[in-house]
Amino acid sequence: MAVSSESVDISHAMVIAPVSPADWLIVAPSILTILGGAICLMSRKDTAAQPRIGVLFLMLLVFATGGLFLHVLDKGVVTMVMGRWLPPFGIAFTADLTGATLAFVASLVAFAAGVYGIVDVDGSGRRYGFYPFLLLLMTGVCGAFLTGDIFNLYVWFEVLLIASFGLLVLGNERAQLDGAVKYALLNIIATTLFLLATGLLYGLYGTLNMADIAIKTREFGIDGPMATIAVLYFLAFGMKAAAFPVNFWLPASYHTPRIVVSAVFAGLLTKVGIYALLRIFVVLMPEARFQLQDLIALVAIATMLTGVFGALAQTDVRRLFGYLVISGIGSMLAGLAIGTTPALAGTIFYAIHSIVVMTALYMAAGVMNAMGGSYSLRELGGLYAASPAFAAVFLVLAFAVAGLPPFSGFWPKVILVEAAITTGRVWIAASILVTGLLTSIAVGRVWIFAFWRGGPEGTPDGAAEPGALAAAPGLARPVVWLPLGVLLALVVFMGIVPEPMFQVTGRGATTMVDPIGYVRSVFGDSL
Amino acid sequence: MRTVIFRTIAPYLSALMVLFSVFVLLRGHNAPGGGFIGGLIAASAFAIFGIACGVAAVRRAIIFHPMALSAFGLFIAGLSGLPSLFLRQPFMTSQWWYIHAFGVEIPLSTPLIFDIGVYFVVVGAISSIALALEERESD
Repeated sequence: MAVSSESVDISHAMVIAPVSPADWLIVAPSILTILGGAICLMSRKDTAAQPRIGVLFLMLLVFATGGLFLHVLDKGVVTMVMGRWLPPFGIAFTADLTGATLAFVASLVAFAAGVYGIVDVDGSGRRYGFYPFLLLLMTGVCGAFLTGDIFNLYVWFEVLLIASFGLLVLGNERAQLDGAVKYALLNIIATTLFLLATGLLYGLYGTLNMADIAIKTREFGIDGPMATIAVLYFLAFGMKAAAFPVNFWLPASYHTPRIVVSAVFAGLLTKVGIYALLRIFVVLMPEARFQLQDLIALVAIATMLTGVFGALAQTDVRRLFGYLVISGIGSMLAGLAIGTTPALAGTIFYAIHSIVVMTALYMAAGVMNAMGGSYSLRELGGLYAASPAFAAVFLVLAFAVAGLPPFSGFWPKVILVEAAITTGRVWIAASILVTGLLTSIAVGRVWIFAFWRGGPEGTPDGAAEPGALAAAPGLARPVVWLPLGVLLALVVFMGIVPEPMFQVTGRGATTMVDPIGYVRSVFGDSL
Repeated sequence: MRTVIFRTIAPYLSALMVLFSVFVLLRGHNAPGGGFIGGLIAASAFAIFGIACGVAAVRRAIIFHPMALSAFGLFIAGLSGLPSLFLRQPFMTSQWWYIHAFGVEIPLSTPLIFDIGVYFVVVGAISSIALALEERESD
């Protein structure tokens, strides 16, 4: 019955060259998080061990993605084909600088969230699997950033989606189930559209390997069916990235879970959508991006403005920050609409900045709630008197998210505005600037109400009740300051020393615009 | 559903189904079958046992929590891709070992380990859903 594998010569269908252990770094993030998640899940009754295992594996993940980042920085694009089968038949993992950088930053944020979760997630949250879900979410996120196969990208999207469902309903509260249903439904529609488009693409070209598709679209051009596929992808990933007008799921769900879960979601999920848009429209089908650029520009402007208007109208800080996530997505889409190499570098820089700063803002919201007992701007107050140090931290984050110098949000906006003006798209530049101004007003409201006002709504000016906030439980503990401090250091570093970021994102954008290095990494130097 | 006939038959039926699921799992590499189908058969065995004798009896019988079984499957499936690291081959490259015992050649391989992992993932996931649904009904 069994055919011995020696009897058939399959060597010409396989990668024969030995693989250096350093190349294993490209699959290490997925392997580590799967193994760590499985161990956490097996031991989830032991609530004391959960954070230890979880944080240990998240730390290993940071080392793995950091190593991969350095490896890619040194060697250029790295490819590994699963099970030795030659591409395009074997599933390829291909890490270019953009993917590796995003995976590294995402891992740092997940590590920070894991540490923050030690305090924020109680025994029941741990038993219901906060750490397994967080690790498996990172499997999906890192896999999506590093894969070189479009169907595999779909699989990683499913992995992170399912893990995110689990995180959303952690706690089983009514509002959480309500948010989770809306989130799940709209995200499943988006994923189905993604699958449809991928099926059509396979029917057209007979390949799912990204490098192979990149060759074929350049060879055959964008005709009717291809344009349809491109629009389907734009819709699917637009939903994932929370672009206007398909972003209802984000404000409906991001304020319901535990604050650390909101922080992870706000940092990572939408940015995976942006990354997929970049991958599809810059590397795979640049001509489709050219045809759709006016639509993308329109969507970008609408997303920016509706996002920030939403933020201005909110009184719940979590909802307010959720709208700021959306508004940031608009700025990233603006870079995609402009499409020049500097603009794409700006988008990548903005994505990195947004991953760090949005997570830090939600973590800060958790501390505000712990100190003031509420997320509502009507009930918060007097936080400046309670902790001037924390007020300073919040002010830095507020400056960063509004794009004011000297913090991380300033530089990507400078690049994007400059790119918009040099290509004559004044409307995009104007929208970015107006959004920046309105964002400063939105976060300024939080600052004035929650920090400067002496107490809850109605407290007269000049009156302060510092005694009321003296005993801040839980999240005011020192262990919270470590993750917040790490993220804050990144925000300040990217703002004051932007030169390394310019170089990394610039190189990342160049490899995406001209994917010859990407293609050669998969198919060898003969192409 | 707790009729005498069903309650008498169910343990034997479940035992047979679990045995058959292992058979389907092991023949899967070269013939129809495999970890996924085997896992489904085993999970239906537990479901039948649960309908007949109650969920508590199933939980006692499988000792570990179904989710832990699932996680164990995920763990060994993940590990099965690793041996190629030491042979300087890419992730998930299959490795084969041929063992001769009692005059029979037994092919063992990393795909088999992966398939056993899949089996446990499916058994754990499906039976934890099935048991949760059955439990709700009996309350």
